[in-house]
Amino acid sequence: MHILIDLFHAILDTIWDVLPIALIIFGFQIFILRTPIPNLKKIIVGFLLVILGLGFFLEGLQAALFPLGKLMAFQLTNPHFIAGEGADRVLQWWDYYWVYLFAFAIGFSTTIAEPSLLAVAIKANQVSVGAISTWGLRIAVAIGVAIGIALGVFRIITGTPLYWYIISGYVFVLIQTMFAPRMIIALAYDSGGVTTSTVTVPLVAALGLGLATTVPGRNPLLDGFGLIAFASLFPIMSVLAYAQLSEWKAARSRKKLT
Amino acid sequence: MNSLKAIWSALFDSFRDLLPILVVIGFFQLVVLHQPIPNFGEIAVGFALVVIGLTLFVQGLNMGLFPIGESMAYAFASKGNVFWLLCFAFALGFGTTIAEPALIAVAQEAATVAAEGGMIAHNEESMQSYAQGLRYTVAVSVGIAIMIGVFRIVMGWPIQYLIVVGYTGVVIMTVFAPAEIIGIAYDSGGVTTSTITVPLVTALGVGLASSIKGRNPMVDGFGLIAFASLTPMIFVMGYGMLV
Repeated sequence: MHILIDLFHAILDTIWDVLPIALIIFGFQIFILRTPIPNLKKIIVGFLLVILGLGFFLEGLQAALFPLGKLMAFQLTNPHFIAGEGADRVLQWWDYYWVYLFAFAIGFSTTIAEPSLLAVAIKANQVSVGAISTWGLRIAVAIGVAIGIALGVFRIITGTPLYWYIISGYVFVLIQTMFAPRMIIALAYDSGGVTTSTVTVPLVAALGLGLATTVPGRNPLLDGFGLIAFASLFPIMSVLAYAQLSEWKAARSRKKLT
Repeated sequence: MNSLKAIWSALFDSFRDLLPILVVIGFFQLVVLHQPIPNFGEIAVGFALVVIGLTLFVQGLNMGLFPIGESMAYAFASKGNVFWLLCFAFALGFGTTIAEPALIAVAQEAATVAAEGGMIAHNEESMQSYAQGLRYTVAVSVGIAIMIGVFRIVMGWPIQYLIVVGYTGVVIMTVFAPAEIIGIAYDSGGVTTSTITVPLVTALGVGLASSIKGRNPMVDGFGLIAFASLTPMIFVMGYGMLV
């Protein structure tokens, strides 16, 4: 019963989020474009499905995955867990291996479940007439997020400045851009922004906050941030690398044929 | 019978998408932390909701969000009025960001950081107005980003030149911005693009690039989201310097 009331609230919240978008779309359609919308009925049903779907999705995450995932993030970053039974020593960055593994695994798995990445992957597959597979793109992005978050966790533990990583990341992306196939570039840049949304952000934020609270010398207000930035930068690199790799493979098999 | 099969396979696809999370959480809970799974029934119900929700969302995506984004792109392109197209792009970026729950949360955290760091007075009122100002800053910056991105598609400029300019902007702002704001600014780029905005904006970009002569939907159609995650970083650091 309780969950039904929560579900109802989640759907109301989603309606509230969709409302400004719907107003802008229909406002421009009616007053500026002044053209009838083709398949209006189908589109309205589609909007209702999106609202219902997101409501269910968010409520399910709230009820099931977020509480447990957040609790785990705090338990794994607890110094007593990391140091083991009764150990009373200063922790080094390599003692946190379970945290790195958790960061990697949770980054990967939440990205695969991210609805906005799925949307972009579907579109990219349509536009490229199948040359870019939905799974290939999603896995490439998920690996990027996983590496990004694991590295972001390493940064919080060691306390190195965030901008070192981000600026070197930028330089690396620009170098990759020079060599990457032209058709992938815009898509790769897009994949940085779409990865961090409904599923990833709450769990990753809990991980960052847990670490910044327990690692000595870190300030949760300052050092807890930055993981999302890693999660938006590294997929750009992994998607560009994926495209370069597929092109290189294709070129090699062409060579073999001739 | 056929439609039943389609529903079943759509549900199965969503289940497969969510399976990795289950495996990760189960592994860490049982093997690493040596703890039982609490409230098993509640988690099962919640997981079922997530699977159904994702399935409905993907259906709605293909029926509603993609077609409307594309049909509007065609309508704007055939009308040939760039001014209204840019207005639409700004409104879409601004309107979808201002109400974004993730942004509201980040803005509040940022206000707390600013108050702790002594940048603003430590009371409810000034923190509220700081958070409010930050939200409007980010929403305006996303509006501008979508506008620039759409203009780029119309003109057919290569995206990397604009990205280089954006990256340079971020680096320059990082040098001058107060240290407390940098982490928040970098994160704000990632949280602005919501689950409803992304499909709409992507369909708009691809639709424009396919209906304007000489544009390739793959090369020119994507990239709007990239701008929307870049400009907030610059604007938030600017906000941190001014306020």
